[in-house]
Amino acid sequence: MIATGEQENKRNKRLAWLFVLPALLGLLLFVLIPFLLAVMLSFTNLRLGSPLPLEFVGFNQYRRIFADEAFMAALRNNALFALIVVPLQTALALLLALLVNQPLRGMTVFRSLFFMPVVFPLSLVAVVWILVFAPGPQGLLNHVLDTLSLGGWRPRDFLHDPAWALPAISLTSIWQGVGFQMVILLAALQGIPRELYDAARVDGADRWQQFVFITLPQLRNAMIFVVLVTTILAFRLFDQVQIMTQGGPNHATTTVMYEAVNTAFGSQQVARAAAMTVVFFLVVLLITLLQRAVARHKGVYE
Amino acid sequence: MTGEPYFRKLLVYFLLIALALSFFAPVAMMLLGSFKPDDEVLLQGGGLLSALPADFSWFNYQDVFARVPFLRYLFNSALIGACIVAGGLLVNSMAGYAFARLRWSGRERLLVVVVALMIIPLEAIAVPLFYQVTLLGWRDTYWVQIIPFVANAFAIYLFYSFFLDLPKELEEAACIDGAGPWRIFFSIVAPNAKPVFATVAVLTFLTQWGAFLWPLMVTHSEAVRPLPLGIAMFYSLPPLQWGDIFAFGVMMVMPVLLIFVLFQRWFVQGVATTGIKG
Repeated sequence: MIATGEQENKRNKRLAWLFVLPALLGLLLFVLIPFLLAVMLSFTNLRLGSPLPLEFVGFNQYRRIFADEAFMAALRNNALFALIVVPLQTALALLLALLVNQPLRGMTVFRSLFFMPVVFPLSLVAVVWILVFAPGPQGLLNHVLDTLSLGGWRPRDFLHDPAWALPAISLTSIWQGVGFQMVILLAALQGIPRELYDAARVDGADRWQQFVFITLPQLRNAMIFVVLVTTILAFRLFDQVQIMTQGGPNHATTTVMYEAVNTAFGSQQVARAAAMTVVFFLVVLLITLLQRAVARHKGVYE
Repeated sequence: MTGEPYFRKLLVYFLLIALALSFFAPVAMMLLGSFKPDDEVLLQGGGLLSALPADFSWFNYQDVFARVPFLRYLFNSALIGACIVAGGLLVNSMAGYAFARLRWSGRERLLVVVVALMIIPLEAIAVPLFYQVTLLGWRDTYWVQIIPFVANAFAIYLFYSFFLDLPKELEEAACIDGAGPWRIFFSIVAPNAKPVFATVAVLTFLTQWGAFLWPLMVTHSEAVRPLPLGIAMFYSLPPLQWGDIFAFGVMMVMPVLLIFVLFQRWFVQGVATTGIKG
């Protein structure tokens, strides 16, 4: 902004722009513009192949989607999915991290094993888990539950049962994603200074007290991050639904993204789908702001 | 005194083995099922999970190649992934460097924009982006699966914060020797920044390798479709043959498992970094 007479300086500034230009251009064209476009389109009536002229319709699309039973079911399902997955996955990830952090033999093998599903594409995981949930007594999960309950389990068709379909998808997602969170928590665990534990032991704290008063508070930031990421991922849920249930049975597993994609491609209602993705974005934004607020709030007292 | 730690050790191993078994069960089902004839996969299901296939055969694998262009999907996935990772490393590291070290007008304000863009997931922009690439006539190409994902706000941020912490002495010495920003970056900074390059490479690769929604939206011919769409299409291709699907799955994860085993340290470090920087 301040023009410097020096030629060298000017040349370096131009060079700096060359450094950032490709990346900034990419972000502008493929993130910022589409995002602004999504917001703008959501206030129009755009529908591909429609004879109606393009016009501004205010909040009509939003009013319509919030009156749409399927979309409301989708929002509820995303929230429910988050309520199942976030606590279970975080707790399991913490348990796994604590276990593989023990100074015992073979821990790297276990760590790799738990992390392995992370490198599996979700679409493959979804297909394989369809057979895990296979109906009838021979299905893998049905069989295991039957064995564990000593024959007391009544086999179910998990993916076609409105009460079980969403929990089934949740389990699939936890299996695939928990290793990622485990590694993050493990790194945080290994970053806790040993002296804290030594001091606590001198003061006579038992293992449980050490866990509650040292480990958990020290993991706070990593836990907040894990919870945030898992919650946002819960609202992005799409692949498993598309492959395992197509939103069914009877909207029991439909999600915001599933509705948006079907609205855009199934019925070509681009504006309406844009409104759905804007709602999706606002949810993500809200979760992020909430997380920032929580992280900052507690930070003051530390 | 020795009783308690011994018991603890036993408990830890018991828990680990129980969890490992339940984690591994679906993978074992896939692996064993890929060598079984179809009726055996379905009839035995979980029941005889641990049993080896009665007639061990490669038939399912041959069948996959006969029914779908598996190698084509694999090649497409590898090509798309490699281009995004390579292009992304170059473009985002340069931007991160400019934000961390170079002086130019608008730097602070643009950095704020980049950080803000980090929270916009692909899903939030997928619909207009689809509309955009349709207007450009890019649908059903490799480009449409590569170009939009090269520049990445989170990658820029990771590079930026890494370069910020890098000691300045080396660059200053090179500067005195008369080296310009290009030389300094490519021959001095980049070679000293291997960990962050590895981290970004791993994270980019993990996201792109599983990409499903976007390719599903913008491609329709097998010539450019990647593996994740391949498995989904194969699943919906009648007749439904589980043995074939498992063989497809095994072949699909083998290359990436190999990469994972070879570069495990970087995978773990890459993921751990997300937690620290995110």
